Amino acid sequence: MSQTRTVIVGVQVPDGTRCDIAIVGETIEAVTPTAKGPLPTEGPEATTTIDGTGLVALPGLVDLHTHLREPGGEDAETVLSGSRAAAAGGYTAVHAMANTFPVQDTAGVVEQVLRLGEAAGYVDVRPVGAVSVALGGERLAELAAMARSAAKVRVFSDDGMPVADPVLMRRALEYVKTFDGVVAQHAQEPRLTEGAMMHEGIVSASLGLTGWPAVAEESIIARDVLLAEHVRSRLHVCHVSTRGSVEILRWAKNRGIDVTAEVTPHHLALTDESVRGYDPRFKVNPPLRSPDDVTAVREALADGTIDVVATDHAPHPPEAKDCEWAQAAFGMTGLETALAVVNELMVQSGAMTWEDVARVMSYRPAVIGRVENHGRPIAAGEPANLTLFDPARRWTVQPDGLETASPNTPWAGRELTGKVLWTWLRGKPTVQEGKVIP
Amino acid sequence: MTSPPPGTAGTTVLTSEDMHRALRRIAHEILEQCHGAEDLVLLGIPTRGATLAKRLAEILGEIEPAFNPEQRCGQLDVTLYRDDLRRLAPRTLGSTALPKAGIDDATVILVDDVLYSGRTVRAALDALGDYGRPRTVRLAVLVDRGHRELPIRADHVGKNLPTSRTERVTVRLQEVDGMDDVAIAPAEGSRQ
Amino acid sequence: MIQLRHLLATADLDRASAVEVLDTAATMAATQARQIKKLPPLRGRTVVNLFFEDSTRTRISFETAAKRLSADVINFSPKGSSVSKGESLKDTVLTLGAMGTDAIVVRHAASGAPHRIAHSGWTNAAVVNAGDGTHEHPTQALLDAYTIRHHLAGGTGDLAGLSVVIVGDVLHSRVARSNVRLLETLGANVTLVAPPTLLPVGVETWPCAVSYDLDQAIDQIKPDALMMLRVQHERMSAAGGGYFPSPAEYQREYGLDVPRLGRLADAAIVLHPGPMNRGLEITSAAADGVRSVIVEQVANGVAVRMAVLYLALTGKEER
Repeated sequence: MSQTRTVIVGVQVPDGTRCDIAIVGETIEAVTPTAKGPLPTEGPEATTTIDGTGLVALPGLVDLHTHLREPGGEDAETVLSGSRAAAAGGYTAVHAMANTFPVQDTAGVVEQVLRLGEAAGYVDVRPVGAVSVALGGERLAELAAMARSAAKVRVFSDDGMPVADPVLMRRALEYVKTFDGVVAQHAQEPRLTEGAMMHEGIVSASLGLTGWPAVAEESIIARDVLLAEHVRSRLHVCHVSTRGSVEILRWAKNRGIDVTAEVTPHHLALTDESVRGYDPRFKVNPPLRSPDDVTAVREALADGTIDVVATDHAPHPPEAKDCEWAQAAFGMTGLETALAVVNELMVQSGAMTWEDVARVMSYRPAVIGRVENHGRPIAAGEPANLTLFDPARRWTVQPDGLETASPNTPWAGRELTGKVLWTWLRGKPTVQEGKVIP
Repeated sequence: MTSPPPGTAGTTVLTSEDMHRALRRIAHEILEQCHGAEDLVLLGIPTRGATLAKRLAEILGEIEPAFNPEQRCGQLDVTLYRDDLRRLAPRTLGSTALPKAGIDDATVILVDDVLYSGRTVRAALDALGDYGRPRTVRLAVLVDRGHRELPIRADHVGKNLPTSRTERVTVRLQEVDGMDDVAIAPAEGSRQ
Repeated sequence: MIQLRHLLATADLDRASAVEVLDTAATMAATQARQIKKLPPLRGRTVVNLFFEDSTRTRISFETAAKRLSADVINFSPKGSSVSKGESLKDTVLTLGAMGTDAIVVRHAASGAPHRIAHSGWTNAAVVNAGDGTHEHPTQALLDAYTIRHHLAGGTGDLAGLSVVIVGDVLHSRVARSNVRLLETLGANVTLVAPPTLLPVGVETWPCAVSYDLDQAIDQIKPDALMMLRVQHERMSAAGGGYFPSPAEYQREYGLDVPRLGRLADAAIVLHPGPMNRGLEITSAAADGVRSVIVEQVANGVAVRMAVLYLALTGKEER
């Protein structure tokens, strides 16, 4: 098979300059400022030219927090459908959370997920390993076995459940140091959140829904940063959602504690006011918080206190949401809308640059997850993991029109600004002119 | 129905004096045909029927001192018995107040302002049945404008007024509207 | 005249509408003194009492109201709570819709369940909330307001200037939520009295005053009406060992006992949504005393529910 060259002409790269980017094979061949004249077109390769005018090129996005549901939850999502959704959203690597059935708590299951990802071929699927056996929160899973497996697991999380036992958390933080792993904590104090269904505050009081207090998140984060400091290990905090959490993280980072944190697009965008209609599409864990919390997480993302945007893409079949609030499952999908939401809220508002977006959605997540060959700068010689985004394109989110197998997007029927037009995984397009390749 | 009459009432067909004369005549007719005022109970259908019933009762009291208007006159709201509850906006319920002695074995005179389709009277007859068993029920109306949709007729009529269905008949009474008259007007737009 | 598409929460009613519902209820109540109590306006309409939670009193009240208006009534009490997986709420509602239901009266343990039934496109029926979780119980609030109006406001108009004190488990009480909103809408001054553990976070934003001290509330506010809420027994054994230390302590601090009863103003009335825990939140002396309007509340419940069903099921068809 003869190689082809793809040239993207006149596209804005994260540092703000307009460049031409040439991709040959699996690699970025050259990146030159557009003003400097045309890229080389000689050679045996057939050249495809893409007009990049008005578009932004970003390094392929890396999601630290994705639920692909397979094995066990194929009615909600498969590795294939979730990978296609990720590609459509501009991702080239995702971390598949461990709460599958069976749980990703052994080398066998994480390797199965790895293989499913390879077979799908749309993104690099990086399995997350469970911290505890069967997410039971009682004893450590065989973390080293997962780390040494073909899946090379570096991120460990019981996400969906907290590692509530402080002793188990301490052990996990210590143990992952062996292989440079990180424990990604779903910070939720279980006793303070028994029966909790939404953020505890003015809206929960009025709706009569049991509240999930901010302190239930903050108290666990406070405990865990102190544990991470004590045992000199690496902690990652999943889906930070409150002002108090942000303040604890800021304090911890100032103190030199090795902690990183993520925020989801929905916690950047939505407040507990969305719950007023009792529509379970807005039921999520941690819950949508107050407007003040939303302001705080946006500021923290912009100033680096929160390191990354992670989707917490959590697909559920229709019946899990087409019911009363109490009965509904927690979670919402997000892979295909994340970049548009960040574009609207953080870039168009002037709070962040495209370089910042590349940092929080690609560079940093790849570093935290120890993902090789992703989250690299757009430069000659780097792997051609790229996404091409039109920040002005407006589109209305229709659940039926998304790649994810589940309909539980909070954006259904709403217009978003910004659409991924192309994604390349190692030089191979996975999304072409806005459509995922078959 | 309590919708206020429009400001422009159209052609006056009964003046205050006409109205008074008609009511007096009806009162005499009632006494004549019922052989006196014994067992007589007047029940007006709110809003204007109730007012007319009160006036009629006072006139009866003037003619027959044995007839106590206050004890023999009441009102009967028929809203809950209407057959068009699902066709129009929800209707405010009027109040029903029957004379203390009740209506069992009485001669009940139903009083209303305008007799048209007959549906209100049908509803009133149903309502009456739930309150008791009168010996006789008679119907007195100020205006009969025709176009009956049910086999119902009035026993006492103030004025027979030939109309077309599109015309609008408006009864105004001093107690409710600040003046007495009956007017007829052509259809205004879509209004009925 | 208002048309109620649904009645899901008292927040749906503005002052004029709330007064109209009470006025309609008063007319309905007047018909209930007759020998023949049945009225024809809902003839041929079908009302389903869909009770996922046991509540014989509320169901009977709605059933009586619907039957007095000549509706056909179907009582349906799916077994088990929403937590135990049986047929989904959606499928239950679709089934009822297929049988030609005009109104669904819903009692459900999940807050917002009636809202979901009304707004998810599962049915065209009018939905009346008969109590949802810890959210609202609007017809209870309406009958409470009706009872207060009857005794303290001459039976007409609104409740402007009256002071009402609501005592007890506000956190879990749908009755309290509905009453705070409705009584405030009608112009009354509402004060909630409860231990802090039984008040929701965010209560300070509600349109009412809050106190932890019942004695102080009685002596300083001199309430026209005192509403005692039921204390659920499971509140004594919840997470953290319960919301208050013991029934005895609750009774001492928040129970309506004889001394407190004696300090109420002469015209003050005592309400309770029932069923009562005699000896806990209310003593028998208070429950059975001259100030008690508790039995009347039950009777007024039928008239209020007749009014609600009438306003929801008559009027132009837009379904």
